[in-house]
Amino acid sequence: MSFVEVNDVAVTYDGAPILRKVNLQVAEGAFVTIVGASGCGKSTFLRLLLSQEQPSDGTIRVAGVHLPSSPTPDRGVVFQRYSVFPHLTVTENLILPLEIERAKGLGLTFGKLRRSLKAEVEEMLNSIGLAHARDRYPSQLSGGMQQRLAIAQALLKKPRVLLLDEPFGALDPGIRRDMHDLILALWTNTGMTIFMVTHDIAEAFKLGTRLIVFDKIRHDVADPSSVGATITYDLPLRRRGVVAEGLAGATISAANMLDHSLAEISQDRP
Amino acid sequence: MSYSNQKIGLASRVALGALPFAALVAAYSVGSHIRRADNPADKLLPPLDDMAATFWRMATVPDQRSGDLLLWTDTFQSLARLGAGVLISAAIALLVGVIIGYLPRGRATLAPFVAAVSLIPPITVLPILFIVFGLGETSKVALIVVGTAPVMIRSLAQAVMDIPREQFVKIATLGASTVQCVCRVVLPQIWPKLITAIRLGLVPAWIFLISAEAIASTDGLGYRIFLVRRYLAMDVILPYVAWITLLAYALDRGLQLLSRKLFRWAHLEGESL
Ligand SMILES: Nc1ncnc2c1ncn2[C@@H]1O[C@H](COP(=O)(O)OP(=O)(O)O)[C@@H](O)[C@H]1O
Ligand SMILES: [Mg+2]
Repeated sequence: MSFVEVNDVAVTYDGAPILRKVNLQVAEGAFVTIVGASGCGKSTFLRLLLSQEQPSDGTIRVAGVHLPSSPTPDRGVVFQRYSVFPHLTVTENLILPLEIERAKGLGLTFGKLRRSLKAEVEEMLNSIGLAHARDRYPSQLSGGMQQRLAIAQALLKKPRVLLLDEPFGALDPGIRRDMHDLILALWTNTGMTIFMVTHDIAEAFKLGTRLIVFDKIRHDVADPSSVGATITYDLPLRRRGVVAEGLAGATISAANMLDHSLAEISQDRP
Repeated sequence: MSYSNQKIGLASRVALGALPFAALVAAYSVGSHIRRADNPADKLLPPLDDMAATFWRMATVPDQRSGDLLLWTDTFQSLARLGAGVLISAAIALLVGVIIGYLPRGRATLAPFVAAVSLIPPITVLPILFIVFGLGETSKVALIVVGTAPVMIRSLAQAVMDIPREQFVKIATLGASTVQCVCRVVLPQIWPKLITAIRLGLVPAWIFLISAEAIASTDGLGYRIFLVRRYLAMDVILPYVAWITLLAYALDRGLQLLSRKLFRWAHLEGESL
């Protein structure tokens, strides 16, 4: 039995099929990267895994248990934007998960307890290199710093599954490489299972232990009107270290070649 | 450098800002002078020093009949009504705005009603308020509430709806309950919007305050200017209008500063008026 099991999942918005017949078995500790054309339903798929939405059909189980009907702390998330809270400083963002846990009623802490929570996140603050910016608000941080904060905040609840929706899509290439190192280190240290949507095919190859492609199927003989997307390609990647090293120095043209060949592969399906 | 991105220093900004005011005062002085050259008893444009003297008298010399310092009792009464009305509106707006903005079921239930109520011209409700609550303070405060609550509700509901959905999802993944989400995500982010809504509501609030006082009151700034209108006492009316304007300006600026002080995070980007 796999850690994450997706069985015949379909999603329909107002009668329009978005996803259909999605089947996926993922082992614990996998790093699944997800690519596909814009608008084909990648974010929708992540929202299902997060319980932000329910499938119209099919089932999803994690660790053998059906997903609950709303998000829970065992599945963390980082979006491309809006993942951290604009009205809280860096430190306040980091202690928020702890405050929610300790102050069951309103989630507000004061005085001594609050100070002790701040001390608790000190190490995290240092490890993501934001100690010097602890009292800044998110809008005073660079994009990369914001996403480091968002990842750290998500990890404070020690989720078993981490969902990333184009988390580095808005970052500069140099910063993006740093973020790759960070996320790989965190993944290695925690052993969590990661699903990451990206539009950068080189990133998908570099980070993933498994790459899946979502695409629309138009040629279903049984039901010609259906245009929902499904997993059209499922590629186990070689050991991550090897791929990562190979791609670390990859030029843009190499990335484009990969992109191109993948596009061909996805056009070749029956 | 083109004219549209000129940098202006503080001194010249103050000077430029003062220019229209100075021009208005100068134009008034000239007009007043010309009229009184024709007719020394002219009441329409009293000279500035007459107005200053009258204003000073109202501020410092007790009224013969009541023994009150009229300017201050009027100001106090009006601000009390304005404050009560706007604060009640703010409380209603906060509650209803969060229900409409945060809970889909609340929105479905209340949004059409609030939209309909906001279309009632508030002044048409005034006779009803007088009949129901009598001519006392309640109906004046109620008029301000009727006149300001709908816009404030709508602006707060919109503020809640403008919070990105991602934040609600994110805090749920951090283990938060609905109450915790409201306390830690929704409310803190709409406090500055509440202040904005109050500033927005103060504009109609002044209108309804002055109207209510003009129609049924025995004190207050609106009562005074409509009372002395009968004697063409422009030397009272004009300083009172300036005084009301100054109060409105001070309230607005004070609220803006308060927001900047309390909610620094909300004022980090962009210029605002
Ligand atoms: N809440 C919704 N209601 C209706 N349609 C939606 C909704 N969310 C997404 N869609 C549609 O579903 C499709 C897939 O969206 P999405 O999962 O965001 O795509 P991707 O992340 O792959 O770019 C898009 O065509 C989008 O317009
Ligand atoms: Mg998407």
